[in-house]
Amino acid sequence: MNLLSSPLLVPVAVVAGVLVVATLAWLLLTRLKPGSDFRELGLRIRSWWVMATVVLGAVLLVPSAALAFWALVCFWALREFFSLVPGRWEDRTALFLAYLAVPIQFLWVFLGWYGMFIVFVPVYMFLGVAVALIVVGQPKGFVASASRIHWGLMSFVFGLSHAAFLLQLPGKPGFEAGPRGLFLYLVLLVQLNDVFQYVAGKLFGRHKIAPVVSPNKTWEGFLGGLLVTAPLGVLLRFLTPLSLPEAVGAGILLPVFGFFGDLAVGSVKRDVGVKDAGSSIPGHGGVLDRVNSLCYAAPLFFHYVRYLAY
Amino acid sequence: MRVVLATLLLRPFCRWVVGVDLRGAENLPRHDPFLLVANHDSHLDTLVLLSLFPLRRLARIRPVAAADYWSASSARRFVARTCLNVLPVARGGASAGEDPLAPLSAALSRGESLILFPEGTRGEPEVLDRFKTGAARLALAHPGVPVVPVFLANTGRNLPRGTALFVPFVVRVEVGEPVRLPAGVREATVCLEEAVRSLATPGSASSTAPPCRRTRA
Repeated sequence: MNLLSSPLLVPVAVVAGVLVVATLAWLLLTRLKPGSDFRELGLRIRSWWVMATVVLGAVLLVPSAALAFWALVCFWALREFFSLVPGRWEDRTALFLAYLAVPIQFLWVFLGWYGMFIVFVPVYMFLGVAVALIVVGQPKGFVASASRIHWGLMSFVFGLSHAAFLLQLPGKPGFEAGPRGLFLYLVLLVQLNDVFQYVAGKLFGRHKIAPVVSPNKTWEGFLGGLLVTAPLGVLLRFLTPLSLPEAVGAGILLPVFGFFGDLAVGSVKRDVGVKDAGSSIPGHGGVLDRVNSLCYAAPLFFHYVRYLAY
Repeated sequence: MRVVLATLLLRPFCRWVVGVDLRGAENLPRHDPFLLVANHDSHLDTLVLLSLFPLRRLARIRPVAAADYWSASSARRFVARTCLNVLPVARGGASAGEDPLAPLSAALSRGESLILFPEGTRGEPEVLDRFKTGAARLALAHPGVPVVPVFLANTGRNLPRGTALFVPFVVRVEVGEPVRLPAGVREATVCLEEAVRSLATPGSASSTAPPCRRTRA
């Protein structure tokens, strides 16, 4: 397909537009208020440029590289989670197995083998991890360890890899954008919703929505994000095979469950008492702080589309 | 050879597979020589620390390691001498009447930096053993060389002593401000140990001053 006349150029233009506006706004802010510290915001925007370039470049030019990159993202997210939460000495084999699940799960994605992709983590890894924990013969702390490892696998391997499997869905007559459109639709809407929520929260935020888990989140931010993301979801409908009412549903589903994914990782961080899950993405925190909203939105969106359009 | 290895293997491995969460990067010494003092839980400690420095300085940064352990087999010798530029030190040399610190002192005088693990060996993971006095002796003998305390968390979870199964966990590296040591080997040793221990709390690298500053009148 000729990339220049492709509908896929629209999300690229949207991302470039948002990034240019953000960069200009940042330049303006640093000029207007020389006293305030906008370094963090600058770093944040710079990291956005890098991430957007890598993801868009990979998806549009070398889709198999996009799969490999997504596998790395899952691995990093899982590693950050396991590094954050406590663990027992006896968990090492099970954790090793859990990490091994990433390349295997992405092998199913690469092969486009849906049946295996969908049962591998919930059936085989579920049992495998339990067995690895049983054979070490230390029942003290078994439930906590098994829960941690299973939850990490479900969220960051099973959940996140659904975004990658979107790239392997077959094309459909009349659905010009193809699977890459679906992937970009998901990632773009969820990540933009994070940005809109952040901006709306900064501008209008008054009423805390989850004061204990995430004190910076407000009702105004959440609704502001939803109000921009949902119409955008309808406007970008041509990236998906969804009908108009179905796209309205997707535009609501993504911000709402993105929000819950965000709070899930927020709860993990609160539980162990840290502010950021890491420092690997300057201005953002860790990988988990960036992909949190995709963990729940990706599997839900995948099955929503698969049920309705395939 | 070392630079090629560091570029192709060490750095990608440390950043992409192990994961390094560096705190207090501004405290990393920009010039050689320096004396870096860290806790020791795993073979990974040396690799992670070396990965923090620019490639062109690697020739001048020498991890100090036990001569008996690292010359026990030709594979270990290869890793130590060829890959990591290790400066071997004789364990128990003091009782044999030699000064085991002499080659280290000479290296510092040549302008080479040293990475020292004053616990003496990889201890129990997540437990800081008592420091041996060598690092303090060296530091006191070279008052112009900055002494940088570093705490490494999680390397003992990645690859603890006695296992071959490597399981990735992000390593938190807390680099503290250079320590000013009090006179006297015992006091200086205690001070170094406290400086490293005080970095064990997450995020402490950039917030707390090393305790020895206060003890210095």
